[in-house]
Amino acid sequence: MRYSGFQVFLNGLTGNRGWAPVWRDPAPKDHYDVIIIGGGGHGLATAYYLAREHGITNVAVLEKGTIGGGNVGRNTTVVRANYMLDGNVEFYSHSLKLWQNLSAELNYNVMLSRRGCILLAHSDGQLEALARRGNMNLMQGDGAELWDAATLRRHIPYLNFDDPRFPLKGGLMQWEAGTARHDAVAWGYARAADRLGVDLIQNCEVTGFRIERGRVTGVDTTRGHIGAGKVGMAVAGRSSQVAAMAGLRLPIESHVLQAFVTEGLKPVIDTVISFGMGHFYISQSDKGGLVFGGDIDGYNSYAQRGNLPIVEHVAEAGMALMPMIGRARMLRSWGGIMDMTMDGSPIIDRTPVEGLFFNGGWCYGGFKAVPGGGHVFAHLIATGNPHPVATKFRLDRFARGAVIDEEATGATPNLH
Amino acid sequence: MKLDCPLCGARDIREFHYQGAASLADRPDPDAPEAQQVFLDYVYMRDNPAGENRELWFHAHGCGAWLVATRNVTTHEFLSVRLAAAREAAP
Repeated sequence: MRYSGFQVFLNGLTGNRGWAPVWRDPAPKDHYDVIIIGGGGHGLATAYYLAREHGITNVAVLEKGTIGGGNVGRNTTVVRANYMLDGNVEFYSHSLKLWQNLSAELNYNVMLSRRGCILLAHSDGQLEALARRGNMNLMQGDGAELWDAATLRRHIPYLNFDDPRFPLKGGLMQWEAGTARHDAVAWGYARAADRLGVDLIQNCEVTGFRIERGRVTGVDTTRGHIGAGKVGMAVAGRSSQVAAMAGLRLPIESHVLQAFVTEGLKPVIDTVISFGMGHFYISQSDKGGLVFGGDIDGYNSYAQRGNLPIVEHVAEAGMALMPMIGRARMLRSWGGIMDMTMDGSPIIDRTPVEGLFFNGGWCYGGFKAVPGGGHVFAHLIATGNPHPVATKFRLDRFARGAVIDEEATGATPNLH
Repeated sequence: MKLDCPLCGARDIREFHYQGAASLADRPDPDAPEAQQVFLDYVYMRDNPAGENRELWFHAHGCGAWLVATRNVTTHEFLSVRLAAAREAAP
């Protein structure tokens, strides 16, 4: 069924009995042309673009849990393209363009809300660094607007401008950035892929690879052996474990990142505010909750829950930036497991095993990259060559010294 | 989370700074013939186990000692901890 206002109206009149399950629940076949491991945002988007752009529809997405149950449903939903380094700028620009028409393309409302994203500056030097970043964004064709303190005060008057440690000197606004509904992104891609013939196989954990003479021929799963011509991994958070089954050792550590939401409030924050110096960023969901987060906890973790020192730190940073949120009550906090790479940038590449491809290492930036990541990963799997906007996310870039280190912190994932 | 520093006793995790995998304390020989590959593995590659992880902690807001701890990264439970300086003395 194609969704439309008319369908909503019709079903409203007929007791909403006309809605069918959004995707099938097929049993795995013996063999697929392509198997994607991981039914999160990137895996589902990859399967969709394989079918849609490359005509490869004999595809299965294997998910060990349920569709959308991982990090695609645990992030803070920010969509932006204000990166600075070659390799990143062209990719995130590509991804942001795909977001533009995503709802119409998928026939599923992902609730993209282009409310802008502001990076704050606390010194003249920092403002000049943001001006440089903004110029990089403009050269790439993305939006960037440098705000002085007066402009910032006019748009976002409730910030603490005269904080003695972090006074506000201005910021860099990208109006094209914003938020989207994360669950809808997973469901929308899942439904669209399913309609193109992709098998979404849930509760199917991959337990091993079949590799013959250096070439992958299939995977062993909790639902039996499944043969495959090509296999793509999109399991960020668990990349090291899955890759280890194919004999690969990755430049990745897994860390926990926490996020928080308050009770629903009336509209108060109409953009995405990023307070990098205080490790704090915030937006308001359409439901009214203030959604915010900070840094990773700082040590390896697979626990999907963090510890209280970071909760306290994030709350302090929030209070320092906008004292008005002190009266809001925090409703929930949760954690997700991040693939932290050694330079803070993702990896989308072939692997030393023929026919086995890797997408991961998204650090804490995977959500905004879902359309772009899926699109270029599908291109890589279908053609064997990197997409022109993703030529630098190579697995061997560490050996070649061609790292893409936005934070310039080196091989210390807990500082990215 | 508390970490039991051999010199100071059990202290809040906020006193410590995480310094990565314990293997980072064993710097390879830069003059070895295969040093380039060995250093690539040493600097960038990680085992990243989903279970017991051997790691370095620095008691930054305490005695300043470097510690080697074994921790279950799925539960955050510390299983053992000793001074990194005691490394050579250990059997």
